[in-house]
Amino acid sequence: MGLDSALTIAQPELLLAAAALGLLVVGAYSGRLAMTLVSWGAMLALGAAAVLAANGPLGQAFKGAFVSDGASVFAKVIIYAASGVAIFLGERWLVRAGNAKFEYPVLVLLAALGMGMMVSAGDLISLYIGIELQSLALYVLCAFQRDDARASEAGLKYFVLGALSSGLLLYGASLIYGFAGSTRFADIAGAVHGPASMGIVFGLVFLICGLAFKVSAAPFHMWTPDVYEGAPTPVTALLSAAPKVAAMVLFARVLAQAFPHDVPQWSQVVTAIALISVTVGALGGLVQKNLKRLLAYSSIANIGYALLGLASGSEAGLQAMLMFMVLYVIDVTGFFACLLALSRGGKPMETLPSLAGLVRLRPGLAIAITILSLSVLGLPPLSGFWAKFYVFKAAVSTPGMEPAAVYGLVMSVAAAFYYLRIIKTMWFDAPEGETDAPPLDARLVALGCAAFSFPLVIPALAVLDPLALAAAKAFGLA
Amino acid sequence: MSVGLPAYLAVAAALFTIGVFGIFVNRRNIIVVLMSIELILLAVNINLVSFSMFLHDVVGQIFAMFVLTVAAAEAAVGLAILVTFFRNRGDIAVDHANMMKG
Repeated sequence: MGLDSALTIAQPELLLAAAALGLLVVGAYSGRLAMTLVSWGAMLALGAAAVLAANGPLGQAFKGAFVSDGASVFAKVIIYAASGVAIFLGERWLVRAGNAKFEYPVLVLLAALGMGMMVSAGDLISLYIGIELQSLALYVLCAFQRDDARASEAGLKYFVLGALSSGLLLYGASLIYGFAGSTRFADIAGAVHGPASMGIVFGLVFLICGLAFKVSAAPFHMWTPDVYEGAPTPVTALLSAAPKVAAMVLFARVLAQAFPHDVPQWSQVVTAIALISVTVGALGGLVQKNLKRLLAYSSIANIGYALLGLASGSEAGLQAMLMFMVLYVIDVTGFFACLLALSRGGKPMETLPSLAGLVRLRPGLAIAITILSLSVLGLPPLSGFWAKFYVFKAAVSTPGMEPAAVYGLVMSVAAAFYYLRIIKTMWFDAPEGETDAPPLDARLVALGCAAFSFPLVIPALAVLDPLALAAAKAFGLA
Repeated sequence: MSVGLPAYLAVAAALFTIGVFGIFVNRRNIIVVLMSIELILLAVNINLVSFSMFLHDVVGQIFAMFVLTVAAAEAAVGLAILVTFFRNRGDIAVDHANMMKG
């Protein structure tokens, strides 16, 4: 395979890289227009990259280090769309916060490029480069409000724990390289059949720990609540959506393509991580008063459900994981858009009591939050129900996974408490005072996502289901 | 006389352990945390290079070059974030990074 076809396969990422560098120069020379110009340029580039990814050729490039297949295309479209929404939300927000720096859209572009690399990685080296490109951009984005003490603390915590997780992941990668003799997933799979050797198992455990950090699965979730709370809200909206999809797809790809003969071994570890996440997310959220922290615990629990799909180790399980991630990303983006839309006296309303009586003040947003809460809670026929339906269906049809599915179901009932408490506060408590007029951009995204959760999800399922199935087939598990 | 692969792996494992402990045990200075992260990455590099020699395969050394490059970028970003933290808080003690809890 020649260089030409390799470059064609990597087209969306090359476009993003060129756009990020070009826009940096444009921003430096366009004075007061910089923020608007670079933001819309970045959104355009992300849109073009998504179209290129969806229509581009499939195959392997650079001797298998870069893979374009059904799964990577499926994930890239979601990732680029979610990153575009984060730029759309962040641009106006930063202008209002008096921190309109054009580096924001450029950094989101670089993070999106890293995520694109992650979902296309077919080799331990490209896996590492993708993860680092994504992480380094996100560390900076977390500390973007550099005069805010909480934002810089969030950035610092994310950096230290992120760097530690990269270290664990790399140590695992080095052991796998040493004992399998190659860094390419296909060659690792060829070298490891039958029961894996001690070195491989060690490396695999380190690799899983590092990836669990990146998807914020318990017991590697310590950074999540602090970073979600401290980071600027549009950045939190990005953090909880696109990077999670990228890391989950990467997680699935490493396990399914580099270790297809050891499904029972890694399935056990992933099930354990999934169940701990579900528990920590459900119980930790009960005592939270800050909504961003609450959503952090909610995302830990939801990653647990997605991992339960992966732990099934079957095509149906991977399809469930992909469906879950799409539906969850839309819910969580809507949630953060609601938070971005709400402020009182110029201060964001980020605590649970501040939402009191919202339905009398801002009925549209209150109904959006209600729909999104009920959806994440898993009430039929909202989108969150279908997400969980796929996961549990895959789990109960896998021999030996039934108890895990039942446990997950019980914990989702426990987590229902804190979603219902949000609804109760908004509908039945007395309001504290007028809220500011919500900005159009955030309201648009909030209402759009809520409308998707219900009722648009019903027709959308008919489209998403075959796409996710085709994407799941690309992982190559039976 | 030649030194075998297990010796290299043992050195790397020791460095890695020291690095991980350095992050969790140290409570005084965040600069020490950055140094511990570098130790972890160096341990990985020793692993990669020794495997590369042992396997007669150059990919490990290429991987090590990538790790070195990324480690430099990572240190730059980390120090930049540390500077904004210092400007807001006035010190860089690990125990004082506690505005958010719960």
